[in-house]
Formats: sequence, C-alpha cells, structure tokens
Amino acid sequence: MADYRLMKGNEVIAEAAIRYGCDGYFGYPITPQSEIMETLMLRKPWEETGMVVLQAESEIAAINMVYGGAACGKKVMTSSSSPGISLKQEGITYIAGAELPCLIVNVVRGGPGLGTIQPAQSDYFQAVKGGGHGDYRLIVLAPASVQEMNDFVGLGFDLAFKYRNPVMILSDGVIGQMMEKVQLGEFKPRWTNEQIIKMYGSWATTGKTPDRKHNIITSLELDSSRQEKFNHKLIEKYKVISENEVRFEEIACEDAEYLFIAYGSSSRICQKAIEIARAKGIKVGLLRPITLFPYPTKKIQSMLSKIKGILAVEMSAGQMVEDVRLAVEGKVPVQHFGRLGGMIPTPNEVVHALEEQIIKGK
Amino acid sequence: MADIKEIMKPENLVYGKSKVLTDNVMSYCPGCTHGVVHKLIAEVIEEMDIQEKTIGICPVGCSVLAYNFLDIDWQQAAHGRAPAVATAVSRLKPEKIVFAYQGDGDLASIGTAEIIHACNRGENIVVIFINNGIYGMTGGQMAPTTLEGMPTSTSPYGRDIKLAGHPLRITELIAQLPGTTFVTRQSAHTPAAVRKCKKAIRKAFDNVEGKKGTSFIEVVSTCSSGWKLSPVKSNEWMVEHMFPFYKLGDLKDE
Repeated sequence: MADYRLMKGNEVIAEAAIRYGCDGYFGYPITPQSEIMETLMLRKPWEETGMVVLQAESEIAAINMVYGGAACGKKVMTSSSSPGISLKQEGITYIAGAELPCLIVNVVRGGPGLGTIQPAQSDYFQAVKGGGHGDYRLIVLAPASVQEMNDFVGLGFDLAFKYRNPVMILSDGVIGQMMEKVQLGEFKPRWTNEQIIKMYGSWATTGKTPDRKHNIITSLELDSSRQEKFNHKLIEKYKVISENEVRFEEIACEDAEYLFIAYGSSSRICQKAIEIARAKGIKVGLLRPITLFPYPTKKIQSMLSKIKGILAVEMSAGQMVEDVRLAVEGKVPVQHFGRLGGMIPTPNEVVHALEEQIIKGK
Repeated sequence: MADIKEIMKPENLVYGKSKVLTDNVMSYCPGCTHGVVHKLIAEVIEEMDIQEKTIGICPVGCSVLAYNFLDIDWQQAAHGRAPAVATAVSRLKPEKIVFAYQGDGDLASIGTAEIIHACNRGENIVVIFINNGIYGMTGGQMAPTTLEGMPTSTSPYGRDIKLAGHPLRITELIAQLPGTTFVTRQSAHTPAAVRKCKKAIRKAFDNVEGKKGTSFIEVVSTCSSGWKLSPVKSNEWMVEHMFPFYKLGDLKDE
C-alpha cells in the first residue's frame, strides 16, 4: 500500500535516504536544512538499516567523510546550505576529480557571505558551472516539490553511480521548509560488501585481494599529458550525460506565445502566475528545467518558433538566465525577473514583469 | 670458499623486501625518513597478514604518492583531511584496518581541526605523523612545527616567535584527548630507533584490530632537501635540535 505522509522537504530527504539504502550521512548544522540531520538522528537508522549518521566538526570534514565513504563504493551523502556548500567546494572538486559517486543536498539561502537564512536561488552558478577549481561538472537536480525531494534522493544516487559523478540536489529554503503530501518509497536494503565488490570492485577501495591490483582513489596526475587525457575523459562523460539525462517539465506550453523558464520554488510561483496571466488573455506557459546540468538547451531551442519572448524567473540577480540566453542565441527577447536576499516574488509581480519587460518590451 | 649459489638459498635468507612494498622506485630524497617508515608499515602489514584488510589514506605533501609504494588499497585525501576521510572508511567498513599517513604541514597546520576531532571521537584508526619541521614538497617553507630560529624559505632569517608564533607540539595535545589509546613519539634515524618505531607501528595496528580507538605515532624526521643539509648532517641536526624540543617516547599507552 502506498505510504502517504504530510512532511517537510528536509525531513523527506532524511527519510528517503534511509529507505533508499543509503550507507552514510555526514553533516554539519546550518539553517535552513538542519532538519535533515535532526530527522536522521531521531530516526536512528543505524539500528534499522545499519546506516551511519555522523555530525562532523565542520562542513569541510563532512564532505571529506563523503569522499572516504564514496571511495569504498558506499552510498553516501551530505547536506548543507549555501555558506556551508561554499566550504565543501574543495571536497566536491576532489570527488569530481576522483570520479566518486555521492549525493550533495544544497537547501539554498540568500547570499553573498553569511547572507540571510531565507530562501534564494543564488547558488546556480556555483552548482551548475563548477563551484570548485578545475574543469568538472555536477549533475544538478532541482526539486520543485516535497515529492521531488523524495524522488531525487533515489534518482540522485542512481545517476551518481551510473556515471561515477557527484550529484547535487539544488533545493531552496522554500522546498526544504514547506510541508506537502508525499508518497514515500519502498525500503531498499543497503548493498552488501559482496554486492559492492561485484559492482564497483574494479575501482572502489574494498581491500586489495590477490586477484586484482590495488585500487587507488586519487585526483592527482603529475604528468600533464595524462592529466589532459583524463580531462578529455571527463568531458566525454559530461557529453554523454548531456545527451541522456536532460529532464524538464512543460506546463501550458501547447498554445503559449510567451514562456516562463523557472526551476524549483520559482516554478511553483510561475504556475500561479500562468493562471493570472491567462485570465487576462496572455498565453503564457512554463518550461521547468528539472536537471540544471545537463540543461534543457535543445528543448528551449525547439520551442522558439512559436514563442515571442521568454522571462526567466529565479530568486537571484540573474544566473540561470545566462543559460537561457545561450540557448536562445538572440532569436527572441529574454529577460530576467527575480527577487533577492530571501524575498520571494508573488505571482502578481511575475505577471507584471512579463507584461512590462517582455510584452511591452521595456 | 663456498660458491655464492650455495649461499643464496631461501633457508639462508635473513632479510628481504616486504611483499607489501611495490617495485616502484621511491620518489623520496636520499636520507628522507618517509621511505623507512613506508617499509616499516609494509612489514607490519605483512607480518599481521592484513594486506586485504588494510586501507591507507595518504595526504598532500611528499607522501602524496605513498600509494605507489605500498601494495594495498589507498585513498588520497585533500590537504589535511585524511583523518576525516579515515573516519568515514573506518565507520563504514569496520572490518577494515584504516590508517592515515600525514606530514606536519598537513596534520598540524591545515588539518588541525580534522585530526583533533577524529582523535577526540576515538576513531578506530592509526595515524602516522611524519614531523620534519618543514614543508618538504613545496620547497622548504616554514611549518607549524618549525623550530624557533630555524631558517626556511618563508622564514629566511630563522623562525621569529614574535612574527610566526611558537612551534606546535600537537602530539602533546593529542595525548590529552580521551579518544586516543596510544600516543607516542618515535624516530627512525638509527637501527635501534627503527626497531622501536616498528614496534610502535605494530602496537598501533594491533590496537585497531582490537578496536581500541585512535593510535597516534609521531615520527620525528629529517628533510635533508628542505633543511639544506646532507643526510648524515640532517640526522645530527635532528638529534641536536629536534629531539630536545620533540622529546621521544610514549606519551600515552592505555
């Protein structure tokens, strides 16, 4: 029987991790995502599934614990919010460089600096363009509901292991804090050591046995030509991900003359804005990127022949809008609308912005 | 005189290279302590027959390439983070024997938080801490452990306490933490010291097998390249200057 609950987005991340057979969570408290570790500590999954939950001394330690666990082929994760995610960037680029699978949850708040504890979407560049040093990409999933907070834990782990690449759930303070109905997943057993050796023994540090060479997890390559070769290997992987893993949702796009492009909580606001705009006779639809990397570039391009203008709505000073413009290549007007600093736009503000910036062309 | 082939028989073998050491040529400078300590760890792993059970975490620094020299599974950690990495491996794979191998810049400067907290939690790991009082790999810069007055490339007139603070005896701090079970300071500059050091490493690995918490071994070491001394002079300098400040012996053995 389906297991429906009324839960907070953050709590659902914790519950979904336990149910998906996660082996380890390593975190450090920060608002607005502390409920993730709190829920885990309350649930005591180590008694139920054997999952390790550890409060680390810092976000830096937590992400390096993730590195250590992922290098063993274990299903491990961390979560934080913007300032904490900045601290994790060193570890994230090492994880990407060592090609390790893991799940990182960012419940975004306003910045820069300590900023605010209120919701924002101003970490798009950091998540999508590579927040740490070097040429690498995260697979970035943007949930727009508590249900997707649940679903993307499993999807995130699957993609991470499929591509040996870190996956980030780029959520925000709205999705993390709000309560909605959610259908929880079935319990999946954690992988046994034998299963891990069978599936990932070719690279994971499971202990050197006589039948194989020793496995080394590192992101170091002192020989430039070999490092370049490795960089190209990563580029190829990201190309495959871009071809196969683009996810998006279209709402009211069939007859749309104008388009909102928005992810996460902004996309929810845009849904209401569509109702208001359509009541006024404005034919507007919504394209919601679900994966931010890979970005639905081709999808946007395929829609342009019918679209007169695009409003990118995001709670930032205009970050994702750059990817919209790269896709559009100047073929139709593209404008950005957003509120900042933890302020959440109202549907009426969004409709007003569409009318002023796109329809009237101001 | 007996033919050499008569002598070269397995039953006459009194010493050999540990099978846990690879055939790769070590990248360390002549006189460097890393090679000796690598050899000791390899011998302990072989003697305990734990090659399949051991997972090493190597640092950033000269020993970043330790994974090329010991034939075990390795993870190479970010600078200073080996204790955090080792924590997760030990927690997620309690059936394994996990050790972190770090230098003094890695452990006592950039990684102070990680080492203090891993030891304070009593993580069931071995930490091998190579202290040569200098950043070797980057070319001999001042480390937290650099002695007062000791010249380095970033303290060319000698470490000035007013400018750079005091050299850090982090092992004394570590010994205060209830999570640690065995804390010792060793060296590897004479055959006797090498034997003592190996005994300490063996005890530390035994402790992990017995789930006794954190065992921490500092090895006061030389860096002839960084110190700009010959290997022989480096040993003499270490005995004369390092040992009075970094006193050898067990700080804790529970």
